Amino acid sequence: MAERYSSFQSGGRMWLLQRVTAAFLLVVLAFHFFLLHFVHHADEVSFLASSARMETLSYYSLMILFLVTATFHGVNGVYNALVNQGLTGTKRTVIKWTLVAASAVLVFQGIRTANAWAGGFPLL
Amino acid sequence: MSQSYNRGLIEDFSRWREFEAGMWAWIFHKFTGWVLIGYLFTHIAVLSTGIPAAGASEAVLMAGEDVYTQTIVSLEGLLLVRILEVGLLAVAVFHMLNGARLLLVDLGVGLDAQDKSFYASLILTGAITVASVPTFIGGAF
Repeated sequence: MAERYSSFQSGGRMWLLQRVTAAFLLVVLAFHFFLLHFVHHADEVSFLASSARMETLSYYSLMILFLVTATFHGVNGVYNALVNQGLTGTKRTVIKWTLVAASAVLVFQGIRTANAWAGGFPLL
Repeated sequence: MSQSYNRGLIEDFSRWREFEAGMWAWIFHKFTGWVLIGYLFTHIAVLSTGIPAAGASEAVLMAGEDVYTQTIVSLEGLLLVRILEVGLLAVAVFHMLNGARLLLVDLGVGLDAQDKSFYASLILTGAITVASVPTFIGGAF
């Protein structure tokens, strides 16, 4: 049997989640770039325009899901890269929980920002 | 029948002269991934100026004089920021195209042509980036 050189544990839950979020992000990141650079232009940004978009429940929900999946995909990717480089033991545990804490802060701050634009959680 | 190959440590970057298409794809995917997650943290930090801006009066918001609008408008007024945005687009497009390539390979599609699909990702990234330059730079001068 061929030896496995990869440090990934293929077939695991995190492996699958990384790919499911990748497929979702492919579509939503393309939409995000298209909407905010081609439909609207970067030099036309204003609080009121951002606010008007975020007050719509569908857009707000999509952006929150975008934030959560992008954070997971990015931070899990960083963790996988570090494990591939040979991160083990206590260092691995410390870095893992530092990344989890950084993700929590990022998602929390992102939701606070979305709520500021939406004037609270949009109901309609 | 499967065979065993001793490829050495793939993380040993000093062997870069020996790298083939798949290894460059792996390196570019890591590099663009690091850039994108770094950008995500920066992006949320900049967008957070929306929190104090939400407390501004209607007149200030209508005039676009709130801290969020002013921050974005002044950043977008810098040519360097516009150029960095083109770079970000290139990085994102490559990561997306190569990521789609990886998803397909994971599903068992196109493994035989994985080198060709990597070159196609590079060419398509270049084409989309160049085609987007007018839109990204527009209004910066």
